Amino acid sequence: MAKQYVSWGRYPHKQQEGFDFSWRNQQLPKDANFLPQGNARSYGDSCMNHDGVVVSARKLNHFIHYNQDAGVIRCEAGVMLSQILDLVEPHGWFLPVTPGTKFATIGGALANDVHGKNHHVAGTFGCHVTQFEIMRSDGARMICSSQENADYFAATIGGLGLTGFIVWVELKLKRVENSAVNVENIKYGSLSDFFLLSEESAADFEYTVAWVDCLAKGGQVGRGHFSRANHARNQVKPSKPKMALSVPIDPPLSLINSLTLKAFNSLYYNRQKEERAYSAVHYDPFFYPLDGIKNWNRVYGPKGFLQYQCVVSPEHGESAIREILGRIAAANRGSFLAVLKLFGDVPSPGLLSFPRPGATLALDFPFEGEKTLRLFDQLDEVVHQADGAIYPAKDAHMSGVHFKQYYPKVEEFKQFIDPAITSSFWSRVMEEK
Amino acid sequence: MKNWVILGATSAIAEEVMRLWASRGYKLFLVARNQDKMDIIKEDLSVRGAMQVETFVMDANEITKHISLLEEADKRLGHVDGVFVAHGTLPDQKACEKSYEAAYQEIHTNALSVISLLTEVANRFESRGHGDIAVISSVAGDRGRQSNYVYGAAKALLSTYLQGLRNRLVKSNVHVLTIKPGFVDTPMTADFDKGALWASTEQVATGIVNAVDKKRNEAYLPGFWWAIMFIIKHVPEFIFKKLSM
Ligand SMILES: Cc1cc2nc3c(=O)[nH]c(=O)nc-3n(C[C@H](O)[C@H](O)[C@H](O)COP(=O)(O)OP(=O)(O)OC[C@H]3O[C@@H](n4cnc5c(N)ncnc54)[C@H](O)[C@@H]3O)c2cc1C
Ligand SMILES: NC(=O)c1ccc[n+]([C@@H]2O[C@H](COP(=O)([O-])OP(=O)(O)OC[C@H]3O[C@@H](n4cnc5c(N)ncnc54)[C@H](OP(=O)(O)O)[C@@H]3O)[C@@H](O)[C@H]2O)c1
Repeated sequence: MAKQYVSWGRYPHKQQEGFDFSWRNQQLPKDANFLPQGNARSYGDSCMNHDGVVVSARKLNHFIHYNQDAGVIRCEAGVMLSQILDLVEPHGWFLPVTPGTKFATIGGALANDVHGKNHHVAGTFGCHVTQFEIMRSDGARMICSSQENADYFAATIGGLGLTGFIVWVELKLKRVENSAVNVENIKYGSLSDFFLLSEESAADFEYTVAWVDCLAKGGQVGRGHFSRANHARNQVKPSKPKMALSVPIDPPLSLINSLTLKAFNSLYYNRQKEERAYSAVHYDPFFYPLDGIKNWNRVYGPKGFLQYQCVVSPEHGESAIREILGRIAAANRGSFLAVLKLFGDVPSPGLLSFPRPGATLALDFPFEGEKTLRLFDQLDEVVHQADGAIYPAKDAHMSGVHFKQYYPKVEEFKQFIDPAITSSFWSRVMEEK
Repeated sequence: MKNWVILGATSAIAEEVMRLWASRGYKLFLVARNQDKMDIIKEDLSVRGAMQVETFVMDANEITKHISLLEEADKRLGHVDGVFVAHGTLPDQKACEKSYEAAYQEIHTNALSVISLLTEVANRFESRGHGDIAVISSVAGDRGRQSNYVYGAAKALLSTYLQGLRNRLVKSNVHVLTIKPGFVDTPMTADFDKGALWASTEQVATGIVNAVDKKRNEAYLPGFWWAIMFIIKHVPEFIFKKLSM
């Protein structure tokens, strides 16, 4: 039973007790220390509460209201982004911001103030939330918007589930003409090229992101594929691919090791012969390539894996990313998927939102005990020197000292925390001196 | 377009079935014990495209209301094309071993209440010459086991009843579907450890909607349960009685 409440990275791999909150007129548990949870697609321990229970919103998944003309949808917090897309996309509406998985719930997307490949133009998810309701552990319900309870609005967006149980969310959708995306994929040779391409593409492309070969060394550090895209206009509909692949069992050990990584990274880098390739694809494989493989997190074996996602300030961008990639390559601890993107300067609405101007890099690492943790220590130091931050949604490691530096509004945030709510992440970063 | 009456409309499996029907623009008449839950479901189904959603509060064991329920559905929907029965309870087997009253109550909820309703539905559909009847039974009805034979017996009663009904109504163009789910992750089974054999409500609902569309007689869901139950049904009784199942 407990297993189904474990976070996506399956590290820390501990049992977690939980129960389902399925009806919005229901009450929260009495006299318990709890944490709201969505679909547990966060990697580390921010959606876990090992000393208490999690209250899962996964089955709290009813739509409430849909204004098809205005493109405004109100639904319960456990509705997954995939369910919203299935409903609204045929009517020419789309998620204004989407993370790389459509299996996140709308409540989880709000509580982590998630970002997507369009951050440089659209800002974070929270920028498009018009209002929501939270329920506090004393049973009080509060509707929050930029007008009403504006302080709780700002605290709950990116608030890591700590300010109350999000019951429903109302979101402003964005118009699209059809389900295709026009993608241009550019193979580039160095980190400086990435920054040039990002600058050059920002105005004309709604979506930009790069995949980086994180085992490249020397002058090739940062080489990869830069993908930039826009929703297509007036085109035939590409058919929607079915979810076909699955990792049906738990392999006894991680299938990801330095050998498979090296092969993957160089194959992936060289998969495209030409420097530029153009294609029109259905939105699903473009936004959610990993969702096509069910339970892909299992390939990392029973020890699980960690993701490291940081942002570094624009002043230090290139040098800091170079330093981080260099250290990873030197430690020979590369990642399957290293993703690099330049955030824009649309302000994030949440007190604790992660996105801020600068370059953000995300990499997956199989958990290999101390080796992994010591590498993260080194990376943290670089991030700290570069006035950056680590993303709690992916974290199971950052120190309390760093957290408080990365998130200067933490003291202001504390007054909004519900006294009955806590998380493994929160206890970890608050306990440390 | 179709008009369906759904009993046990607040069941997790029924909800997913109704969502699929709603997206096709069907008209739905929900019957369940809890008005608040039905209000929530009604909004959801309306957003998903249902042409009309009506609610009716009733405990399935109140058999005196069954006729008025069907009359009300006819009145509010215009006419009824199909009846889908999803309500049920998973008994406390130990309690049923101690008390006939408890066992009777479970059999009433899981089988007799359905038979009461279907008696009326069958006669109406038969005289009209069309209609769909879809009922959730269970693989548990295929063979009695010590761990839940009261539930199993109720479902077996239901399955056999439906078989006969199908045989009777085929000439009247009335379709009867027996749905036999295996393990489904729902509130009914919240306390069980979930392993590889468990299915989601979405999976099972898709199977139900397909089986109704294709006018199947019996649907094991997911389909591999047919093979599992084939084996279980064929284990000789002198061995079976010694197994701890
Ligand atoms: C393949 C993959 C790609 C990803 N790509 C991106 C990306 O591009 N950008 C990005 O920003 N993130 C990305 N993520 C991370 C993911 O989008 C976030 O972790 C998201 O918050 C997960 O949503 P969830 O519903 O699974 O929430 P959970 O992981 O269950 O919870 C996340 C947080 O929300 C809180 N929460 C959840 N539901 C509620 C509620 N009802 N009330 C109050 N608090 C609640 C929890 O307490 C927790 O703090 C990715 C994850 C995966 C697996
Ligand atoms: N889950 C499984 O593994 C599984 C396997 C095989 C078959 N089934 C069958 O599938 C059907 C649906 O169950 P489920 O799994 O979806 O579980 P569920 O969500 O718990 O649904 C059971 C439903 O039955 C309703 N109900 C119980 N007693 C009732 C009564 N006297 N009058 C009216 N309604 C009553 C409940 O209503 P309230 O909301 O008012 O409580 C609830 O909506 C049941 O027939 C069950 O036997 C389930």
